[in-house]
Amino acid sequence: MLKPSLLSVSILLGLGAAVVSAQSYGVGRSASAEEVAAWDVTIGPEGHELPEGSGTAKDGAQVYEVRCKECHGEEGVGGDHAALIGNPAQLKETPPVKTVGSYWPYATTLFDYTRRAMPFEEPGTLTADQVYAVTAYVLYLNGLVGEDDVLDRESLPQVVMPNREGFVRDPR
Amino acid sequence: MKPRDATRRSFLGTGALAGAAWTACTAPEAEAPAEPDQPSSLGTPVSRYGQRSPYEKAARGVRESQTPEAASSRTPLDQTYGIITPSALHFERHHAGVPEVDPATHKLLIHGLVDRPMAFSVDDIKRLPSVSRVHFVECSGNSGGEWSPAGAPTVALSHGLASCSEWTGVPLRILLEEAGIQPEAKWILAEGADACLMQRSATLEKALEEGLVAYGQNGEAIRPEQGYPMRLILPGWEGNTNVKWLRRIKLTAGPQYVKDETSKYTELMEDGTAWIFTFEMDAKSVITAPSGGHTIDGPGFLEISGLAWSGRGKITQAEVSTDAGQTWAEAELQTPVYSKAFTRFRLPWEWDGSETVLLSRCRDESGYLQPGRAELIEERGRKSAYHCNRIKAWRIAADGSVTNAEA
Repeated sequence: MLKPSLLSVSILLGLGAAVVSAQSYGVGRSASAEEVAAWDVTIGPEGHELPEGSGTAKDGAQVYEVRCKECHGEEGVGGDHAALIGNPAQLKETPPVKTVGSYWPYATTLFDYTRRAMPFEEPGTLTADQVYAVTAYVLYLNGLVGEDDVLDRESLPQVVMPNREGFVRDPR
Repeated sequence: MKPRDATRRSFLGTGALAGAAWTACTAPEAEAPAEPDQPSSLGTPVSRYGQRSPYEKAARGVRESQTPEAASSRTPLDQTYGIITPSALHFERHHAGVPEVDPATHKLLIHGLVDRPMAFSVDDIKRLPSVSRVHFVECSGNSGGEWSPAGAPTVALSHGLASCSEWTGVPLRILLEEAGIQPEAKWILAEGADACLMQRSATLEKALEEGLVAYGQNGEAIRPEQGYPMRLILPGWEGNTNVKWLRRIKLTAGPQYVKDETSKYTELMEDGTAWIFTFEMDAKSVITAPSGGHTIDGPGFLEISGLAWSGRGKITQAEVSTDAGQTWAEAELQTPVYSKAFTRFRLPWEWDGSETVLLSRCRDESGYLQPGRAELIEERGRKSAYHCNRIKAWRIAADGSVTNAEA
């Protein structure tokens, strides 16, 4: 790729040319596909980026017992940290109860957050299978999947969260 | 270093966290000086990195937490001057602790809907054209306690999740254009290098207009707590979008609905729906002196001073009431007034020693006027935990003690 020198950029600037935004400073380097793949952990709402792997709520109960229960409580309630179980009707309570079941709009982003940020003290240490399994377990506790349903990159995006339509763009 | 004269002088007390003492006192009149007119010995020699006076004790307010790595500390706004928050007193809100990032190996990856994915080292970033801008950063949970009528007892507790710095860095537009923005790109996802890889989505429009990849803060390198070696600054937008330890930006067609922008920083309404992507911080002001926890030592002259800011541009007006809202006086704004930055306001006042309530309100260049609590609740209800910008009131008792009062 041809990159104009800084001199030519400054000449364009001096002329007040509108095309300056299209100029390159020639600083920085191209990132390789492998380099991008290693860091691109983003999983959007449609779940296109979900990894290989799978798990069921039954598998996830064991993961939860060891890695999650201490903070989130027995079966997702009563812990010292975020409660995981609920339904959107609880958003009208005072105070409102915001949980995975009551508030989260997508199951795919639950997978994303769990994979990169949980467990709190050891983020990023769960395998893809473990994340699918523990995601399935939390969704099972919320009554959203069956105990033996297999969640993977195909089935997880099919789970419709109860509060999916609960968010509106800031009208201010 | 004798007092210039016998006029009233005021100074800040030291016990910020234990409840600051703010005292106006009368200097002794024409008495023999307690100290010699000239020091009789030399002071300390030059040093490599300066320290504040041992008499100064201002500190961030830190509350006990089971998870101090995912907690916040608050700026003692009543112990800062002007509009710049000392970097060491800038508020903190972390989600997985402060990472130690080596600038020699750190890189910023830009990918997604771009013509060519790019990686920039810290040195690369510093070669590019830079700008310096004064902007506040405010956690959208700041003043969350003010949704309740009681409110918080000190200004650090009520408003201390906001700070203001001069940020130096590269306009994000330059970096994105180096990678080549594809027409389908409408949003960005920014990611930090902390243990949880904190992420937020933001509009590409905002990134191009005002986004800054900052490496400088108040004349030196950004502090680790503020994102060393580089952070995103999206002026006027809720603090969480100003991703610290910035390491990755992905251009996308739509927002990613990550945890913090769905389960956390959304505004729940009374009907059970929630506003999402409530990026802009509404105009807000607060009187910092005198404020809760201070004690005024007797009637007489007292300058009232405070801070105002808005995510929608410049503050155009700050008003102060010294009679519980019956009348309002225009406060003087410190100039220059920067856009999306703390603006210091000041009003001279003669306290007659009787009980009263002080309030402040501000207006920004969009015409928006800071609301009272009732107006804010009428618009938002009582279920939202964030974006509380209501008028704050301080009660002054006849004995000079200053406490929180309902606005």
